[in-house]
Amino acid sequence: MANPQMVMYEEEFHQIQGVVDRLVREANAKVVFIIDKNGQLIAASGEVEEIDTTSLASLTAGNIAATGGIAKLLRENEFATQFHEGENQNIHIQLVGNRVILVVIFDAKSSLGLVRLRVRKATDELIKIFEALLNKVVAPGGDSPFAEITDDDIDSLFND
Amino acid sequence: MSFINYMAREINCKIVYYGPGLCGKTTNLQHIYERTNPDAKGKMISLATETERTLFFDFLPLSLGEIRGFKTRFHLYTVPGQVFYDASRKLILKGVDGVIFVADSQFERLEANQESLDNLRDNLAEQGYDLAKLPFVIQYNKRDLPNVVDLHELREILNPMGVPDFQANARTGEGVFETLKAVSKLVLTELKKGQGG
Repeated sequence: MANPQMVMYEEEFHQIQGVVDRLVREANAKVVFIIDKNGQLIAASGEVEEIDTTSLASLTAGNIAATGGIAKLLRENEFATQFHEGENQNIHIQLVGNRVILVVIFDAKSSLGLVRLRVRKATDELIKIFEALLNKVVAPGGDSPFAEITDDDIDSLFND
Repeated sequence: MSFINYMAREINCKIVYYGPGLCGKTTNLQHIYERTNPDAKGKMISLATETERTLFFDFLPLSLGEIRGFKTRFHLYTVPGQVFYDASRKLILKGVDGVIFVADSQFERLEANQESLDNLRDNLAEQGYDLAKLPFVIQYNKRDLPNVVDLHELREILNPMGVPDFQANARTGEGVFETLKAVSKLVLTELKKGQGG
């Protein structure tokens, strides 16, 4: 196995959602979301109805992957922070614990300085939560709900 | 690496279409996109050059339905097939749960197929994956063309391991869903075993 399995439980999800909700308020952001490095959306908050979070998650992960590739070529460890400035909106992308990606979209109601400050605080909290989550997953006695799946269950997905 | 979300009761898996340049990876995705019910799919994203060659990847999120109360979602990606985009291909393979190798059946592409398959094996190995242990299927595309290699010979060269393989014509859609279903089944079966990627 190249990577440990990513699993999300209710307890950690609520903690993460709490951090994300607070970040939207404290940074005056439009949208905040967290994705894993493979582009899976973990949590989102703010004006999420207005955007296609699935596409955004996949593209951001691609962006981080490409930047990571550039870093490797330059023998840098990572470029942990990215900032893209648009005419009306800006996007701040932060790698958290080299495992997940924290994305903040904001407009003129906020500023880069404020976003940076709040992201830094949120990053510290998120690192702790994801570390705890990872330990939980690694712990033996996995109770995967998929152990119970039958071949018929799988087949029934494909009966159109 | 699949992502199991107990909170949202979702299971997310990543499938990558691999193969030499112009073999029809993007065409596979386009067909799936066109033929899938709107509520089961998201937007298809293509990061392509002005001449519609894939530059980084294509992406299509699909929902397959529920298993034991868990929504199954598949993220389909294609890699850029052109040889010089190898660095990008490596990135897209990260966290992969299943691979579809799309072979171009034409005589003149036989060597390109072999090179691409070797490249797939190497790039996976670099990230700690063994192609022999990963959910993996092969699609022999462009079977409708006149200058194609005999199926028996293609199998011998590209599929000595005997993984599930399918003939296809991605332009008309023939074989496209069969290939996707086969790899999806393998991915879910792998999850059932508790490997999880």
